[in-house]
Amino acid sequence: MTALLEARGLVKRFGGVLALDGLDLTVTAGEIVGLIGPNGSGKTTFFNVATGIYAADAGGVIFDGADITTVSARAIYWAGISRTFQRSRLSLPLSIFDNIMIGNHKRLHQGLWFNLVRRDEFKREFEASYHAARALVEVFEPVLASRMFEPVAGLPMIDRRRIEICRALISEPKLLLLDEPSAGMTHDETAELMNDILLVRERNKDLAIIIVEHEMGVIERITNRCVVLNFGRKIAEGPYRDVAADAQVQEAYLGVA
Amino acid sequence: MTREPEKTRAALWPGLIALTAAAGYLIALLAVEKQAFIIALLAVGIIVVIAAAWAGLLNGVSRAFSDHEDALGGFAILALFAVGAFFHEDHFVLLLVTTVLLYSVATLGLNIQFGYAGVLNFAGASFFGIGAYTSAVLNAHTALPHLVVLLIGGLLAALIGSLLLLPVLRTRGHYAAVVTIAFALLFKTFLEVNDVLGGPQGMQVPGMKFFGWSFNDNIEIGGISLSFYINYFAISLLLLIGAFVVVRRLERSWIGLNLDALRLDETAASCFGLDVVRWKITAFLIGNFLIGIAGAMFGMVGSFVAPNNYTFADSLILVSILLLGGIGNPWGLIVATFIVVVVPEKLQTIQEYRFLLYALLVIGVLLFRPEGLLPRPVRRYFPGWQP
Repeated sequence: MTALLEARGLVKRFGGVLALDGLDLTVTAGEIVGLIGPNGSGKTTFFNVATGIYAADAGGVIFDGADITTVSARAIYWAGISRTFQRSRLSLPLSIFDNIMIGNHKRLHQGLWFNLVRRDEFKREFEASYHAARALVEVFEPVLASRMFEPVAGLPMIDRRRIEICRALISEPKLLLLDEPSAGMTHDETAELMNDILLVRERNKDLAIIIVEHEMGVIERITNRCVVLNFGRKIAEGPYRDVAADAQVQEAYLGVA
Repeated sequence: MTREPEKTRAALWPGLIALTAAAGYLIALLAVEKQAFIIALLAVGIIVVIAAAWAGLLNGVSRAFSDHEDALGGFAILALFAVGAFFHEDHFVLLLVTTVLLYSVATLGLNIQFGYAGVLNFAGASFFGIGAYTSAVLNAHTALPHLVVLLIGGLLAALIGSLLLLPVLRTRGHYAAVVTIAFALLFKTFLEVNDVLGGPQGMQVPGMKFFGWSFNDNIEIGGISLSFYINYFAISLLLLIGAFVVVRRLERSWIGLNLDALRLDETAASCFGLDVVRWKITAFLIGNFLIGIAGAMFGMVGSFVAPNNYTFADSLILVSILLLGGIGNPWGLIVATFIVVVVPEKLQTIQEYRFLLYALLVIGVLLFRPEGLLPRPVRRYFPGWQP
């Protein structure tokens, strides 16, 4: 099977620190890959390089047959990669619907004339988008679906995470990058959220997911394959059970025995 | 926890009562001359509003406005016409109300820039001045129809504003604000040293003509004489209605959403495909266009332009209106413009201290009501729309 995302020899430096040190990483369509490693091992940096927030110092990224190494964050979204952020980055004063529509940008008509003058056409697009967003939210939490026009600021962390994932999914990306979706949530909430993610993937089998996570139960349950990073390098790769038993991985996490 | 959205539309009448009361109050405030009465009236107004808010009466009003905005907007226009009709002979009051209408247009423009896109513009009065000087020069030296002059005033404000785009786009937050402050200071100096534009003395602006009908003549209809300012009042009201509709539609569209998204989190917005530069430019130009049109009209209304009317201090007044009214809420901006323009004009005793008053108002608002008098509600794309 051909790779959906293929990173080759990625290097990213911050001053004297090598955040990514020749990282190779491949993801095929429909795969769920866990990206794990100690704090500072380069997981989030990889996300930021892959989504165009940082430019790589060396190496390259191929996505869906096209080289996206030097492409802007904007264009990478159009190509079909969406992400969530480690620290929730919703627009808090805006409603649930507004936040999800931010993720739907590429499907919405952006012309001035359309938006200001063609109000009946705009209304049709608005209604269609509303129903699409509502259907997606319903998969995660039916209660939220009846509160689409309430500000996000009043919602608990688990609901914010859900909305962030809906925002990333509404445009039907080919690859979803989840950066620590369990951060700031209880164990039960995390389990609930993972069920929701699996449910969404049931509906779209081709969606590939890379998930950065510290909660190993989550990684074990949902990933097909794990990539373990340490100091910006891949130190192990394979099914969770195998990498968890790997001596190098145990050393990276627990220190030298 | 689970709150179903209300399925019934809110009642209309609280909105109608509020607008009627506001119009009545405005007429009283504008008609009274004695300083003691004005102070008493202002005190009564403040107490009534606070009491109504305390008793929860204003919730019904805000619900009425969110569900019946079109109907109440129409009623507000009628109410303003009633104010104009009541003072049909009074030059001073009509000029004052017309000033409020045009300042409202300008603050609506500023609101697109700052309230939605988050681009601070401390040169609002300069762009207003560009509009005013445009009508001074074009009305005096060309035979262009004056409606076209208004349009050119708006376009010129947008065009000259685009000089600022590069520095504004390359800097963020306070630094972008400093760029606009520099422009405001330079603009006034430029006018003062420029003899073609009248230097520090300024220039006369020939009054508006509309298909041969001069706006500067008083009108006689069936024995009733109307102040010539009623012409300017009417056209300024039209401009305000137009600007209001543009701002409203902009906010209630994907463009309004884009602007909010880039103001709140530029990085996240660009991760979802948004072209930050394009939308900042769009907001800045549309905002300046509205400010310029308002300025061009104001030049003709005032019939005189001078550098001292378009200073950095005036820009600060525009920004303070924005803070006072409620950033992002056009209704709040109009209310705030009335307060900021009318109160010092009527209360002659505080004329000298007006900047002190503005400063206190802004500090008070920021301390006690940081979202302004009428905070911006969550976006509803179509008022009263139910899924």
